[in-house]
Amino acid sequence: MSIIMTLLIALKALNRNKMRTMLTMLGMIIGVGAVITMVAIGKGAQSTIEEQVKAAGTNMISINAGNFTQGGVRQGGGMSTTLTPDDAQALRSVPGVQYVAAGVNSRAQLIAGNQNWSSQIQGTDVEFPLIKNWPQKYGSFFTPQDVATAQKVCILGQTVSDNLFGPDTDPTGQIIRIKNQPFKVLGVLAPKGSNGFQDQDDAVYAPYTTVQKKLQGIQHINNITVSAETPETAPVSAAISELLRTRHKLLGSDPDDFTVRTQEEMASVRTETTKTMTTLLAAIAGVSLLVGGIGIMNIMLVSVTERTREIGLRMAIGARGKDVLMQFLVEAVVLSLFGGLLGIAMGYGLSAAAENFLKWPTSIPPNAIGMAFGFAAATGVFFGFYPARKAAGLDPIEALRFE
Amino acid sequence: MPVISIRDLVKTYHVGDITVRALRGANLDVEPGEFVAVTGPSGSGKSTLMHILGCLDRPTSGTYILDGKDVSRMSKDELALIRNRKIGFVFQGFNLLSRTTALDNVELPMLYNGAEKLKTAERHKRAMEALKAVGLGERFHHFPNQLSGGQQQRVAIARALVTRPTILLADEPTGNLDTRTSIEVMDIFQKLNIERGITVLLITHEMDIAEYGTRLVRFRDGRIQIDQKITNRRDAAKELAALPPPEPDVPVPADEKPVEHIGGVV
Repeated sequence: MSIIMTLLIALKALNRNKMRTMLTMLGMIIGVGAVITMVAIGKGAQSTIEEQVKAAGTNMISINAGNFTQGGVRQGGGMSTTLTPDDAQALRSVPGVQYVAAGVNSRAQLIAGNQNWSSQIQGTDVEFPLIKNWPQKYGSFFTPQDVATAQKVCILGQTVSDNLFGPDTDPTGQIIRIKNQPFKVLGVLAPKGSNGFQDQDDAVYAPYTTVQKKLQGIQHINNITVSAETPETAPVSAAISELLRTRHKLLGSDPDDFTVRTQEEMASVRTETTKTMTTLLAAIAGVSLLVGGIGIMNIMLVSVTERTREIGLRMAIGARGKDVLMQFLVEAVVLSLFGGLLGIAMGYGLSAAAENFLKWPTSIPPNAIGMAFGFAAATGVFFGFYPARKAAGLDPIEALRFE
Repeated sequence: MPVISIRDLVKTYHVGDITVRALRGANLDVEPGEFVAVTGPSGSGKSTLMHILGCLDRPTSGTYILDGKDVSRMSKDELALIRNRKIGFVFQGFNLLSRTTALDNVELPMLYNGAEKLKTAERHKRAMEALKAVGLGERFHHFPNQLSGGQQQRVAIARALVTRPTILLADEPTGNLDTRTSIEVMDIFQKLNIERGITVLLITHEMDIAEYGTRLVRFRDGRIQIDQKITNRRDAAKELAALPPPEPDVPVPADEKPVEHIGGVV
């Protein structure tokens, strides 16, 4: 008997009880839909992070003073005073290094007119916007001159500008007070949004020398941001480590007193986290797919019992055992495949809903659809086989007598 | 050449520790065009014989030649094909698929037609011919629960006819029907037998139904006790004409009377 005939017979049989067919499919629909939605949300988060990494520049390397563990003593990052502006200067000689910016972090209350706002003060160097690939919205960045002479000038992040001067206002040329010292605003950086953890626009950038001398009163720096010439950052970061170890006179087994991390490393930690979350969510959704499969088996078993006389009749008029087996198997597969298709549609719907109403970025990878569909088919075959074999093994005489 | 020829047919069942000797050496030859009525008390082995003749079961020993072929040692799959091609079954309980039109029910055997592939149009045509032959050409799109018992049995006969079988096996086909409908159904069997020359084997325990046949075979204790020609064959067509006209044929509303059907809910 041809597969088309089998399909025809199975479809007719399914069509005879639409309600039951729909309810059985529902398990599959929910299972597949849940898997697709979960994967879409996870993948969406992942690709957002990847985009941010790209926007931030994949060739970025950051060096922080101190190490998270130093001689068994765990220290907070940035507590160490080992990095100096000279270190930053020396990094320019490392092959593959393009831009270098020394950095000093501070936090202070900002005052402008009758407004005030607490934000980060990041002392940095002129090459900072080049490293971060960060354009200016208003005005211009400070100059090497400003850095050399520790001028009290600053660039505002969009959030700071909004809070001190109101939105859509160009504050260039205005004066803000940081720790009671007047700073001239040179411009505003283009808004960059959140990097997933914090608002990147909520900061004020000033020459690192100014922050060192006028705000902090320190000689060391907290970090150095470097950009490599190519996205191949691993050899550059190794060379930086080596140079800093030499400069800091660290011998053989001495631990680093600084931490070098490439943008990729920082991003990969977060990508890993979202990947784990995606897998977890998909696994939980997979359980509902399994339950859907068991639902199909359950219904098929009931169906075989209920249709015993039908099976007997089919055998009497010439159906072979394998014809009956195929019929029930195809019924199960059709149930799960149609359920899978509707589930994919539901997955798309839910993903779109998550994107529109919850503002969660989603992306449905094509292979997830293939996998969900394949899994649905496999579930149909797997859970349909036992009931189908039971039907095929019936004795026609007994089956015809069945009440 | 006989269309059915059985020799020393023995069938033994084992039900737990008990051995049931359902057939204890039956011999029978049926010539083409015969209308054999098989009777006998319950447990006499007539059902077992029908199962073997219908290729639903295989004998423990002995031979069964159907249409020149020894089918007594065939495999299950080969038997399925024989059932499809050479045998038309009519059951007491009609065994129509519920929620399936008369036409679809009649087409069913052609879906299992093995190598002989039929186009959809050809299947429809043959199913319609079979339905017309039993006088239901107008009701092809009705569901079983919209048909009376007699009409349902006629659909079942059409289904048995549609593959143009060598023999028609009817197992108590009038058991669920009233007298008038029984005669109507027997009329169809007689017409098929007389006009088309189809060989009919009819199992019944009602003697008056058996008398529509040409030959009477009576079973007792797994053997044939009586095998004789029926001298006074009843004529269903004449009897119908003599009966008062039937009450108007009111189709049964779909949800009022649950008729017997198989497959139930699915």
